[in-house]
Amino acid sequence: MTQFLQTLFDGVTVGCLYALIALGYTMVYGILKFINFAHSDVFALGVWMSITIAGWIGIGAAGEPVPPWYMGVLVMLLAMGVCGAVGFTVERIAYRPLRGAPRINVLITAIGVSLFLQNFGQLRWIFGAYPKAFPTLLGDQTLFSLAGVNFRLSDAAVIGTAVALMAALQYLIFRTKMGAAMRAVSFSPRNASLMGINVDLVISFTFVVGTMLAAAAGFLYGVKYGGQAKQTADSMWVMLGLKAFVAAVVGGIGNVRGAVLGGLLIGLIEWFGVAYLGSQYRDAYVFAILILVLLFRPAGVLGKATIEKV
Amino acid sequence: MPMLEVKGLNVHYGAIHALHGIDIAVEQGQIVTLIGCNGAGKSTTLRTISGLIRPSAGQILFEGKPISGMPAHQIVRLGLAQSPEGRGIFANLTVAENLDMGAFARSDKAQIAKDREHALTLFPRVRERLKQNAGTLSGGEQQMLAMARALMARPRLLLLDEPSLGLAPQIVQTIFKIIREINRDGTTILLVEQNAHMALEVAHHAYVLEVGRIVMADDAKKLAASDEVRKAYLGIG
Ligand SMILES: Nc1ncnc2c1ncn2[C@@H]1O[C@H](COP(=O)(O)OP(=O)(O)O)[C@@H](O)[C@H]1O
Ligand SMILES: [Mg+2]
Repeated sequence: MTQFLQTLFDGVTVGCLYALIALGYTMVYGILKFINFAHSDVFALGVWMSITIAGWIGIGAAGEPVPPWYMGVLVMLLAMGVCGAVGFTVERIAYRPLRGAPRINVLITAIGVSLFLQNFGQLRWIFGAYPKAFPTLLGDQTLFSLAGVNFRLSDAAVIGTAVALMAALQYLIFRTKMGAAMRAVSFSPRNASLMGINVDLVISFTFVVGTMLAAAAGFLYGVKYGGQAKQTADSMWVMLGLKAFVAAVVGGIGNVRGAVLGGLLIGLIEWFGVAYLGSQYRDAYVFAILILVLLFRPAGVLGKATIEKV
Repeated sequence: MPMLEVKGLNVHYGAIHALHGIDIAVEQGQIVTLIGCNGAGKSTTLRTISGLIRPSAGQILFEGKPISGMPAHQIVRLGLAQSPEGRGIFANLTVAENLDMGAFARSDKAQIAKDREHALTLFPRVRERLKQNAGTLSGGEQQMLAMARALMARPRLLLLDEPSLGLAPQIVQTIFKIIREINRDGTTILLVEQNAHMALEVAHHAYVLEVGRIVMADDAKKLAASDEVRKAYLGIG
């Protein structure tokens, strides 16, 4: 029982992070029909911006007292802001000139952007190539225990923030005029422009929102796994981003609710696999699910099947 | 001065020369129709006026102002809306959201509400389906939604691309009746049609387009009476 609850809980926590990242993949796909391979690097950028910003403010260093909670929120918002600006710039200079170009060109450009971000981040005057630990921005007290499972403050922060952000995104997409415009552009950019919608602006906006969510995921990742030093260009970032991408595909790429569902599903499958089948195949569980979904429901759990025109 | 003036318009799709220097004038308050067979270049003409395609040569003046080269989303703001060929409904949005998109560029909330009410009075079938997903509408209902949505932009000039396409004769009658009403309420209309019979009946002035060239232009009644048009487009004589 204890192990089951603990696994469920860990799976949901990590699933929330996957979901936040998956949302960025799926939103950009929904509107531009291409996979932004640089998205996992934006997630990593979120981690590193959080570390850097906390350093500038001067909080969370080892041995120092834990700062008040709202300082953590401030760090997160600033990291989201910087990453949003990076997302805007990347779209503007790398992807926009390729509007209407064959999809393969855009894909190759995305890989280029990914490599650029990874290597640029390692420059001495950016983040440097040495491992750094995430600052302690939250106390690590246990809020309560249930059947031997400890419910910790950092987990509550991760789940609470992720749920709040996802709820805000649902509201934005399904309840606001801008959200309706985003859905209209994803259906038909040409007809959207006939409505007076500035399609380029909507695309920029979508990029910024997706990037900010990935940055938030980066911050929350740091909060959950704070204290462990990580390298700037660790392959771990790529693997996390890749799993989030799997989550987006499993949920149905282009489908916002699917991304949330897929994230949770992937988090749970990974953690239950590790707990009950063994940790050596951690990544294999995730990709096995990808293969199964692609075989039996190629459009994803919530995706609509489309007939591929040949 | 005509409300819309198209002068020497040339359009290319890559190597395909779709429009060979066409001239069109639309007088304020009128219904002007552009008829022609499939592939004549009617949709190309409307797309170019709306800013979806850049012309390779020629001029487009709306209320005296040159608009060729302006992006589509800005042209709508000037008071020129289009209901595109194939309706262009956002099937993933509700009917109500589709209408809201029509007024996307506007911020005068009170007037938008009035225009919405007016559009829904013109198209009662659309009102019945506001909460529905637009993709579930029938072809006729989608056409009505597309026109209602275009009216939400409060256009002074409305471009309609083949509103009768693929619809049952009875619905076509209804649609043309409403086109007349919209015009009577003060909106100028440029109507593109393959259904020359219906189009010439409602229009004041008409142009005949053949493979990218205007071959005839006249008062709609006179054109409907001419031998060439009767033979080629009305299937009479
Ligand atoms: N996107 C396009 N790419 C290439 N050629 C096109 C495109 N759209 C239309 N055409 C060509 O331009 C000509 C005019 O088309 P169109 O304006 O759609 O005619 P109509 O609306 O009168 O049926 C046709 O020969 C058509 O094949
Ligand atoms: Mg056409």
